[in-house]
Amino acid sequence: MKLLPDTRMDNSILRKTFIKRASLGSAALTSLLNESSIGSIRNKVAPKCKRVIVLCMAGGPSHLETFDFKPKLKELHGQPMPKSFTEGQQIAQLQGQAKDLKVLGPQHDFSKHGKSGQEISAALPNIAKHIADDICIIKSMQTEQINHDPAHTFMNTGSIISGRPSMGSWINYGLGSECDNLPGFVVLTSVGGGQSQPIAARQWHSGFLPSQFQGVRLRSKGDPVLYINSPKGVNQNRQREVIDTVKELNLIGKKTLQDPEIDARISQYEMAFKMQMSVPGLVDFSDEPKHITDMYGTKGADGSFASNCLLARRMAERGVRFIQLYHRGWDHHGGIKKGVQHTASLVDKASAALVRDLKERGLLEDTLVVWGGEFGRTPMAQGDGRDHHIKAFSMWMAGAGIQPGMTYGGTDELGYSAVDNVVHVHDFHATMLHLLGIDHEKFTYRYQGRDFRLTDVHGKILKDIIT
Amino acid sequence: MIPFPNYMIKHLMILLVFCSSLTIGSLARPANPETINFNRDVRPILADNCWSCHGPDKGNRKAKLRLDISDHSKSGVIIPGNALESTIIERIFSNDADEVMPPIDHRKKLTKAEKEILTKWVNEGAKWEDHWAWITPSRSDDLKTKDAIDSILEKKLKKNNLNFSETASRHVLIRRLSFDLRGLPPTIEEVKDFEKGSLDTAITRLSEKFLASESYGERMAVNWLDLVRYADTNGYHADNPWKVSPYRDYVIDAFNNNLPFDQFTIEQIAGDLLSEASIEQKVAAGYNRLNMKSTEFGIQDAEYLAKYAADRVRTTTTTWLGVTVGCAECHDHKFDPFTIKDFYSFAAFFADIKGVGYYPDAQKIGWGETIQVLDKKTRIEISKLENEIENNKSEEDQKLIKQKIEELKKQSREMIATVSVKPRMTRIFPRGDWMDKSGEIVGPALPNFLSNQKVSSRKDLAEWIVSDNNPLTARVFVNRLWKMFFGTGISKVLDDIGSQGEWPSHPELLDWLAVEFMESGWDIKHMVRLIVNSKAYRQSSYETEKLRTIDPENRLIARQSSFRIDAEFIRDNALSVSGLLVNKIGGPSVKPYQPSGYWENLNFPKRTYKADTGPNQYRRGVYTHWQRQFLHPALIAFDAPSREECTANRPQSNTPLAALVMLNDPSQVESARALAQKALTTKNLSNDQERIQFMIMKVLSRNPLKDEIIALSSLLNKHKEKYSDDPETAKELVGVGNLEIPKELKPEVLAPWVSVGRAILNLHETITRY
Repeated sequence: MKLLPDTRMDNSILRKTFIKRASLGSAALTSLLNESSIGSIRNKVAPKCKRVIVLCMAGGPSHLETFDFKPKLKELHGQPMPKSFTEGQQIAQLQGQAKDLKVLGPQHDFSKHGKSGQEISAALPNIAKHIADDICIIKSMQTEQINHDPAHTFMNTGSIISGRPSMGSWINYGLGSECDNLPGFVVLTSVGGGQSQPIAARQWHSGFLPSQFQGVRLRSKGDPVLYINSPKGVNQNRQREVIDTVKELNLIGKKTLQDPEIDARISQYEMAFKMQMSVPGLVDFSDEPKHITDMYGTKGADGSFASNCLLARRMAERGVRFIQLYHRGWDHHGGIKKGVQHTASLVDKASAALVRDLKERGLLEDTLVVWGGEFGRTPMAQGDGRDHHIKAFSMWMAGAGIQPGMTYGGTDELGYSAVDNVVHVHDFHATMLHLLGIDHEKFTYRYQGRDFRLTDVHGKILKDIIT
Repeated sequence: MIPFPNYMIKHLMILLVFCSSLTIGSLARPANPETINFNRDVRPILADNCWSCHGPDKGNRKAKLRLDISDHSKSGVIIPGNALESTIIERIFSNDADEVMPPIDHRKKLTKAEKEILTKWVNEGAKWEDHWAWITPSRSDDLKTKDAIDSILEKKLKKNNLNFSETASRHVLIRRLSFDLRGLPPTIEEVKDFEKGSLDTAITRLSEKFLASESYGERMAVNWLDLVRYADTNGYHADNPWKVSPYRDYVIDAFNNNLPFDQFTIEQIAGDLLSEASIEQKVAAGYNRLNMKSTEFGIQDAEYLAKYAADRVRTTTTTWLGVTVGCAECHDHKFDPFTIKDFYSFAAFFADIKGVGYYPDAQKIGWGETIQVLDKKTRIEISKLENEIENNKSEEDQKLIKQKIEELKKQSREMIATVSVKPRMTRIFPRGDWMDKSGEIVGPALPNFLSNQKVSSRKDLAEWIVSDNNPLTARVFVNRLWKMFFGTGISKVLDDIGSQGEWPSHPELLDWLAVEFMESGWDIKHMVRLIVNSKAYRQSSYETEKLRTIDPENRLIARQSSFRIDAEFIRDNALSVSGLLVNKIGGPSVKPYQPSGYWENLNFPKRTYKADTGPNQYRRGVYTHWQRQFLHPALIAFDAPSREECTANRPQSNTPLAALVMLNDPSQVESARALAQKALTTKNLSNDQERIQFMIMKVLSRNPLKDEIIALSSLLNKHKEKYSDDPETAKELVGVGNLEIPKELKPEVLAPWVSVGRAILNLHETITRY
């Protein structure tokens, strides 16, 4: 028996499922799974997590300047990198200097914070001061792709081949959206602090899943959502009147055409109008008290990471299932000391504010917050910076059943390789799905004759970091 | 409870299964068939549930058991004619958690109906057949060419006590023909022309007209460009533009000139290797270089060469063979007999293509070899002029002509080219790991189980692909063609006709069409004619209550299907009905209006999108600049793929984002205005009702119903009032788009008509082909 509808399922059946759900007029509108099939992918235990906010530190933040303190690296600063670490390993931009690799000591100081005594770099003072006891730092991340574009693709889809669904699409496909006036998967981007590596729309694409599960970008300039604004000269009322006429005509057409798809079309226009109504309110911060905007460090929806964090909280409140923020500024091949300082100054305060704010509102209990990049950086110097690195990087998670104030896993003495409780990208995916109540091994979609999973044929749940 | 011995429970259950009531399932594959057809009924169950551990992949094989081959005589696993003694049956019915198959912790479970089929199959003798798609297609000669489609379909309908639906109305049929053959709506004149004479002659007359129009090639190109992942940018990282548009022109021309599909194939895969290759053939060979490439600093050449090689295998095997050889990059295929060696041997066909993995500075120095392309018309013009020079003109005339020639030559376009050099070494990468140098070195070879013919070049490969010895290509092509005209393939999975694909609803029809296609000399227009002149094609798509119950997926084709037109045609339709469409064939890509800032996440370099002004703003969707990482959002909203990968099948979604495009995209709003301007400036339309009638006729090819006029008049009158009270907003609305406004039209007069136009363009009927 097939657990889930597959690509071979005919439109008419999809359509019927869709209409059935649409007629409930409910939040579940965008999930194509019926209750019984959700049941079969569900874990036995009730899920702790209802939504996810990913703070993607795009460019590859150096673990060695943020969460992974290596005194030995300090000691060996300027000396040749021991060959035992690097021989036969993949390197990126350092290809030309492979024979002359030198150690670069940590460029920022570390100290212990909170009751848990988590070791955090001085570049991240707010995370250190306010949320050290709320987050679980994973120091033993590993990935498979050493260049930005494929590494992001791998982090988002679990594959390097284009056309696979991103994690936000998978999750919305599995669980549906909790709100009917905003998309279930929203993406925001910001820049600053380092060279801004490009980010492709592939990163939030629904791949072979139905297109309604693709991520929708919320933008700070122009239309906040593409085509969300009515044409110039058409106010809300007039737009409503046009849509009402379309509906009326579609209903007349239905009598002669007898096409059940028309009902779905009508409901999509209704949802489009609801989105038109609700997005302006979402991006208008005038109802936020000053102490809140101050805590994040933003004045309005200006496209900064800080304002995106506040938007993330506002969307979490409204039931958006998967929210992904990219800050494109962590690619520090040179000048890493100042670079990390600069980029961190743009994200540290708001990252901490988001976790605090969610916690104060009771939302952290069922919201998973994830902070991390697509890979880490080399212990070896690239001038006064660091190159891309896949054998070790750090990430933190908070909320929704994650152990607070915990450090998990570790790297070798130079921070080159994760050695203790190694966490692969697939394991992160498996754990996230688990928290959402989904069995990652049963959660499949049939495409080109094969049942695909977000975790491919891998993935282990990190039971130790779950409460 | 009385303890039953385990074997008794098993026997009891097998008996019980036979007493169970019939279940209703897909008509393509009945759940409870009267007689077992191995390929239709048994193979999919074995493939789906058993082969991941007992299949072709030796790396994952358990208990040395293969259930993908027929010989089990010695093992006792399958004893033909005796289910009770066959271990396979014992194991699938077992109550013992350690014994039952598939194992308790396996993701797959057999249903009662599936167990029943396996039992029946063993009892009936466990007959084995090769997978249907691996067998050369054949057909009986009793069917007349023009009747074949209908008689095969009708035979199956009769078995199910059904008939074809009645013929659709002429206005539905002319729209169907026009959208299917041109991707455009019919003009009012064509609608009228189609009313004339018998239906047979009308269909032939109009379909021949459409097939002869250049729009046909533009329509057919859309699906092909998805397969070959044609795009205007390099895809990875910086996603910079490159020059490949002559290839798109080649595809459009090939369909228009009805280039035989075998030649079309050979030219794309190996055009550069043909003796005295024409410029068109060299352009066609550009197919080999349409794959994504990377300029990202720090990538390793070898890694990216491996990625490109794998992409070429995936694309070529999906496009022509409809199989998923790509799955064998890391291990032997789990379901089909493709080995990892087959994968890398296939990749080796393309190892002669000059190129690198890392393209530094490509924006300045390019993407390697290029050719200069002048289109045919210009080339003919130039050769005419050159003849004139020879014809003894005065020196001054000659100078002028030479100048003219130079001017014409400037129109040449650059195209990334395929150049053959000494082949790179191809090695099997165990587990797909490009850093693993332990694998065997391989040369070009066809998938071993399909052919052991000696081959060495891309040309050999291409010739085999379209040879009689290959059972796949013709089937794959006609199956996709069928989808264009009926909404669903005869085998529904368009990108996999391997064992995980779908048993065709009408295997006899698929094979008949495949043989006909080959025997006709791979004549695509011939196949299209057979389809559109069939009775099956002209049926109404109306879904009766009865059909909805018996055949909800319409696999018996007791009716036509209705479906939304493709993304590009949604644009074309609006531009066409409003008279904005500029029907120029070919040329470089164009840039329609696009929301500002949409490219903000691109970098190296940062770019600003500049929409075209002038005629290029109003070209067909197929010419839209295809930015892989940020495809035009109006195309994405209607499921156009990014073309980073080969795509055989576009989904059909229906989302709020699509509604927002139809409502608010300036291209749509401007089309509504152009339509409104037409309605207000066309002479002899004397009142509002006639104008509404005119607009409906233009957009829907039919007269409006009374209720429709009432609804639109009501909107018109409300907005007449609102826009005359607020003329500034009227000015804003009619200012959307570049199209000039006739001086005599005041904004507050035009604006309410724009609302009417928008309402009509947003109808479900407008973008649906019935």
